[in-house]
Amino acid sequence: MQGFVALFRKELRSYFASPLVYWVAAAFLAYTGYYFHSDLIYFVTFGFGTNIMENFWQIVFIDIRLAFILAVPLLTMRLLAEEQRLGTLELLLTYPMRDGAIVAAKLGACLVVVGALLAATLVYPAWVYHIQPFPLGPVVAGYVGLVLFVVVCAAYGLFVSSLTDSQVLAGFLTAVPLLLLWLLSWNEAASATATLPFLRALSLFNHFQPFTVGVIDARDVFYFVSTAGVFLWATLRVLEARQWRGRR
Amino acid sequence: MLSVEHVTKYYGTTCAVDDVSFRVARGEVAALLGPNGSGKSTLMRMLTGFFPPTAGRVAVAGIDMADRPLAARGRIGYLPEQVTLYPELTVRRFLQFVAEVKGVPGRRRRGAVADVVARCGLEEVVERHTGKLSRGYRQRVGLAQALLGDPEVLVLDEATVGLDPVQTVELRALLKSLAGCTMLVSTHILSEASVLCSRVVILSRGRLVAEDTAEGLQRRLAGVERLLVRVEGSAERARATLAALPGVTRVEPLAPDGQAGAVFAVLAPAIQPVQRALAAAVVAEGLVLLEVRATAPTLEDLFVRLVSPAA
Repeated sequence: MQGFVALFRKELRSYFASPLVYWVAAAFLAYTGYYFHSDLIYFVTFGFGTNIMENFWQIVFIDIRLAFILAVPLLTMRLLAEEQRLGTLELLLTYPMRDGAIVAAKLGACLVVVGALLAATLVYPAWVYHIQPFPLGPVVAGYVGLVLFVVVCAAYGLFVSSLTDSQVLAGFLTAVPLLLLWLLSWNEAASATATLPFLRALSLFNHFQPFTVGVIDARDVFYFVSTAGVFLWATLRVLEARQWRGRR
Repeated sequence: MLSVEHVTKYYGTTCAVDDVSFRVARGEVAALLGPNGSGKSTLMRMLTGFFPPTAGRVAVAGIDMADRPLAARGRIGYLPEQVTLYPELTVRRFLQFVAEVKGVPGRRRRGAVADVVARCGLEEVVERHTGKLSRGYRQRVGLAQALLGDPEVLVLDEATVGLDPVQTVELRALLKSLAGCTMLVSTHILSEASVLCSRVVILSRGRLVAEDTAEGLQRRLAGVERLLVRVEGSAERARATLAALPGVTRVEPLAPDGQAGAVFAVLAPAIQPVQRALAAAVVAEGLVLLEVRATAPTLEDLFVRLVSPAA
């Protein structure tokens, strides 16, 4: 536990010592702020007096999700790739701490940063609520969905970061599959009909959709939790791989 | 205190460490000596629990590294060959981080860090980012992190590699000041081993070829005499000529020293018969004899004898 706390604090310090996190936060908030604003204008202009809240939040959550697809790889790419490039991982692995504590501390620190970005977007519903109160349930469901979504993205990014000592490669290999999955869900007609049900069942985006319309389905929650679990398990196995080199 | 029993390590089909056994007693400073690629770093990594041996057992203070890795690692302070630090942290922050990871209680942490900072002479750079340190200071920070948590055994891998002569002397003095600690110091520099260590373990191509005190190794040289010979002409022919002299057991070419001719160390049980025949043989081969000098055999001679492929 002592190792986890120490590394968690060190990771947070490393994040905030780097200008990258501030650039990512600025771009993330500019992007989500712009889309929130343009979505709101669109719905106010073309809503013609109907209850705009039915679809407005769905579109906002989908836009925030896309911003995370681009932001999370930039935040996860350095986690283990940088340790491998510098060689600090060797020292870290000889300290009296479990591999699981290393993975948990790295993921935890990343989620604190991602959580801070997500928390900053709360200003959007708070502002709308201040002008015109609306039912909060669907928005809460949307945020639960976003939290689960970013946990999976971060766990995947951490796993990719454990596979290489190149931050750029880690960031690239995290972002590209997420973007491809997003494109696929965005344009399902482009996929072969035989593979579509399989891809849908696996797609982060199809499991995210119900949250954006206010539905929390246990199957979707299970999907996100188990997918994150698989990536963390895989990251641990990569760290442990050194133990198996030369085993007979 | 540190026990290595029949440790073997394979990388694929390559055997990096082959059935090595030795012990380092409490308070003893032992050198792990071997040429580059002899398996020293692989052995060090097994001692520190970075990876397990393919076969054999490592125990620290009686704790088996395979059975209780966290407890065993907690008793070791490790300075890796490449000292790697987090460049965004200051020396103090880095050492505080290591102290916390090693379980130094919060109220004692500040004092523990101040203690290693003082012992390693880091006061001047303690607020500097580790990414901006000279190699000498980085090595000291590496040693300071190894000392944190009062480990029972210090494992130092090539502690002075890459340092300039002044930094090397300073770091050796620092290591000498740690007398009383149980230490295993890997090096490929024999003089370092003989200055710092009471015992020497020599590895060659993954195998243990000698384990003795520095004096014991010196005694093994008894009965060996050494001539230093400088010859101008074909070095190959000179070597062959010297090797053919009566009683010569070994001819070692020495590194060029900037002066004319090639220099050889000629080892023999008795040098007088060699001296008598030497000049005539060299001249008969059309070579020019520039210098012949009797010198005391060194640990280097033994080391070369032990680790060379013909050994």
